[in-house]
Amino acid sequence: MKLTELAVGKSGVITSVAGGGMQRRRLLDLGFIPGSRVENVRCSPTGNPTAYLIKGTLIALRREESDMLFVKML
Amino acid sequence: MIALVGNPNTGKSTIFNTLTGMRQYTGNWPGKTVLQTQGFYRFNNRHYKLVDLPGSYSLLPSSPDEEVARDFICFARPDCTIVVADAACLERNLNLALQVMEITPRVVLCLNLIDEAKRKGISVDILSLSKELGVPVVPTVALNNYGIEDLKKTIAALVEGKLECSPRRIEYDDEVERLVEDIESHINPIIPRSLINFRWLALRIIDGDSKLLEAIRSYLHLEGEILI
Repeated sequence: MKLTELAVGKSGVITSVAGGGMQRRRLLDLGFIPGSRVENVRCSPTGNPTAYLIKGTLIALRREESDMLFVKML
Repeated sequence: MIALVGNPNTGKSTIFNTLTGMRQYTGNWPGKTVLQTQGFYRFNNRHYKLVDLPGSYSLLPSSPDEEVARDFICFARPDCTIVVADAACLERNLNLALQVMEITPRVVLCLNLIDEAKRKGISVDILSLSKELGVPVVPTVALNNYGIEDLKKTIAALVEGKLECSPRRIEYDDEVERLVEDIESHINPIIPRSLINFRWLALRIIDGDSKLLEAIRSYLHLEGEILI
């Protein structure tokens, strides 16, 4: 499933990063690497952006970005 | 000239202040250091110019302040680069450290906030880490001066050539390595080797980092299309 579909308070493991080029590279640089654990910590009223805990840091992603990340629910 | 880089919020500016005795504003919000700040310190009768760069997750920038950090490391070619890392979340910090090591061999990894890491039950095997990376690793707590003397000594040893680093070189697969070699041979006649690390530039060209090529063009005042 997409990271976007991960509900607040739930955790998952990243299975793949879609897309290409610098956009994909950016997500990897921010720590969204396959095999990493990610938690949806909170989201803004509209759900866009949403704050994710990844490798010890909170990172906010827009929906276009979290749509590129695929996770397995824990 | 010494550069300070690191992920956001790892204490770069605090290290900067401790080293220079300056009161550069520190704050816990992103993008605080949008431009570089400079300061000086003396150690063993040598003058050091220290440059504090904006916090950055990567040398492949996605914002103007990250570009400042990239351009500095890439074009200003500091004598030594200190990568400040948060000891409590080392894994994410090592990404930037490895990227810096791809550009320049003279790198010191400064493991800041080592006290916080201890409080969280994290202990770091400094010796093994240093061996794995091939660069010196210095644990510090910038707020109370812990490790700062060590950091100064390590920087001095690197700058004076008493300490040699051999940063672990990341080998890519055969296809990429072949491309790198090919591109390097094309860069050679165009850009002086003293200006930029060819291997790194070749890898960025493979990445398709067109902004970097723009930056090089304006930096070198090159006319027209360069490369590919």
